[in-house]
Amino acid sequence: MSATPIDLPRWADAGLVPLVSVTAALLVAGLVVLGIGESPLEATALLLKGALGSIEGLGFTLYYTTNFIFTGLAVAVAFHAGLFNIGGEGQATIAGIFLALACLWLAPLPGILLVPLAILAGAAGGALYGFIPGWLQATRGSHVVITTIMFNFLAATLSVYLLVNVMGKPGSMQAETPEFAGHAVLTPMHQLLAPLGIKLPATPLNTAFLLALAALVAIWALIYRSRLGYAIRTVGANPRAAAYAGISPARMTMVAMALSGALAGGLAVNEAMGVQHRLLIDFTAGYGFVGIAVGLMGRGHPVGVALSAFLFGVLYQGGAELSFDKPTITRDMVVVIGGVVILFAGALDGLFRKLVANGLRLRRVA
Amino acid sequence: MDWLTTIAVILDSTIRLSIPLLCAALAGLWSERSGVVDIGLEGKMLVAAFASAVAAFVTGSAWAGLGAGILASVLLSLVHGFAAITWRGNQIVSGVAINMLAAGVTVVLGNAWYGQGGRTPPLEGAARFGDLTLPFAGAMREHVPVLGLLYDEVISGHGAPVYLAILAVPITAFVLKRTRFGLRLRAVGENPAAVDTAGISVAGLRYGAVVICGVLCGLGGTYLAVSQSAGFLPQMTAGKGFIALAAVIFANWRPWPALGACLLFGLLDAIAIRLQGVLLPGIGQVPVQAIQALPYLLTVILLAGFIGKAVPPKASGLPYVKER
Repeated sequence: MSATPIDLPRWADAGLVPLVSVTAALLVAGLVVLGIGESPLEATALLLKGALGSIEGLGFTLYYTTNFIFTGLAVAVAFHAGLFNIGGEGQATIAGIFLALACLWLAPLPGILLVPLAILAGAAGGALYGFIPGWLQATRGSHVVITTIMFNFLAATLSVYLLVNVMGKPGSMQAETPEFAGHAVLTPMHQLLAPLGIKLPATPLNTAFLLALAALVAIWALIYRSRLGYAIRTVGANPRAAAYAGISPARMTMVAMALSGALAGGLAVNEAMGVQHRLLIDFTAGYGFVGIAVGLMGRGHPVGVALSAFLFGVLYQGGAELSFDKPTITRDMVVVIGGVVILFAGALDGLFRKLVANGLRLRRVA
Repeated sequence: MDWLTTIAVILDSTIRLSIPLLCAALAGLWSERSGVVDIGLEGKMLVAAFASAVAAFVTGSAWAGLGAGILASVLLSLVHGFAAITWRGNQIVSGVAINMLAAGVTVVLGNAWYGQGGRTPPLEGAARFGDLTLPFAGAMREHVPVLGLLYDEVISGHGAPVYLAILAVPITAFVLKRTRFGLRLRAVGENPAAVDTAGISVAGLRYGAVVICGVLCGLGGTYLAVSQSAGFLPQMTAGKGFIALAAVIFANWRPWPALGACLLFGLLDAIAIRLQGVLLPGIGQVPVQAIQALPYLLTVILLAGFIGKAVPPKASGLPYVKER
């Protein structure tokens, strides 16, 4: 992210500025709700109740959170290297194809081998699809932003072709693969916890959630505690200084993009192996783009990513419940909020920093 | 149907499919020539399509629709300008935000107002742009072989936005190349500091370009909803804003080549539709997706420098910070 001349204490920069911009984003969404003749307060209450008011609601919320942790981390890792990866959708799509091929071809293997292999195949597919734009930028100078946009469309058309003509389930009207074998899928949390005497209602929440938590810790350790993470951050902060220090910006660009793609692949793991148990067309459903909001709002830090992923999980699940109660407010409201968050937390960062700085100065004077 | 008619029909649909691309590509060209990268072309067209369909339905006038479409698109452009020019925010982030915002807002409002899954009610009569018949079209078709047919089928018989969009090409070329405003605008995209030193407002010129970009996206979106279709459908821009971005790169940020690139991409699209389920001798059935993917693929290859070199304006994407 660009350096701004406005000096703020660290707590304000990491906590207050995102908080103010998210609040402003929610206010804008409130205006839209008001505009279509509904009460924003009532809508908020319904939304929170739907997302957090029951164990079942919370299960759904955490299932959505899992998706956003993966796509948010993907954006965050690339950001640390100074790259803006908007190819999460495409990377997850390709990851899904690799993962589905592994699940279908390697089905004779026992689950203990098959599941990790399929997850690795998905991560490898995403990594490869992130690596290519990184490689193109590093060696041929084509900008990652433009190539990842093009790659999103290429992945989408490729997956339509494959799911309709090659991998599709014969006789199915929908573009989808045959169902994965029972031992090729991830255990739902309610089944996992049942033997321990914990009874939960059935939700799509599955062990991919644990994988997402592990990814948060691993990425934190990698970015802030490892030599590679230091190299990535140095390249992101100042490529010329990095080159002077013996770090190859080209190499870090490729590494960061591959890593970013692999993380985006986690979306496919949760959706295809954890919930749908097959590969559906367009399973990415915009999660990759919301990941940009999550990564920006979380300031690229895993703790921030976890918090903002949870916020968007609440919005998604609460939004689904809300649209059930209030048919005029569709789930697309969440997309609006995502867009405004990206605008405020990402592009209008300077404005909100200035507002916060002015606010702090006023308090000091008073 | 003889082969000539087939060609005429394909060329006709090429024009129809190229127009939204052309509007968005010229819009992107204006913006990027001034140094403001705009990923949000897609979102602006979508919002314009929605606003124009709503206004045309309410007023029953296609021209009112065009006005509303342009207004909505210019407003979004100003949001982008506010973030990118005034607050020197990340232009790409802002563009992505605008795309998401547009995708969400159009469906939410459309659903709340009309309850038809985000669609607007169908437009009829004067609420749509009718096809204009150019002079002598019928007579030429009867009396002039080949050319007469092409004139009647391909050149004549489109809605007003088509001719406006095509007219925008020479205007853009002329203004950018031959006027003082155009020269200054291009200079701002290459070297804003020099323009600033000459005492000309960098922000003013960039806002000007961003507004022109909004007008053109508004025209493109209106064409989609009020001329090509009879109403707004969710996600009806379907990536056209991004193909337009590809066309700008293809055209090396110049207006006439942009027209060529858009016509080429439109032709690919028209052929893809035509080839659906057709068996070609020696090749078999060509997957439609392969042709649809071509513009994206070509752009990636072009950007990688394998076919020519794409040289963007030097200062594009960089916010201008006045030195003190």
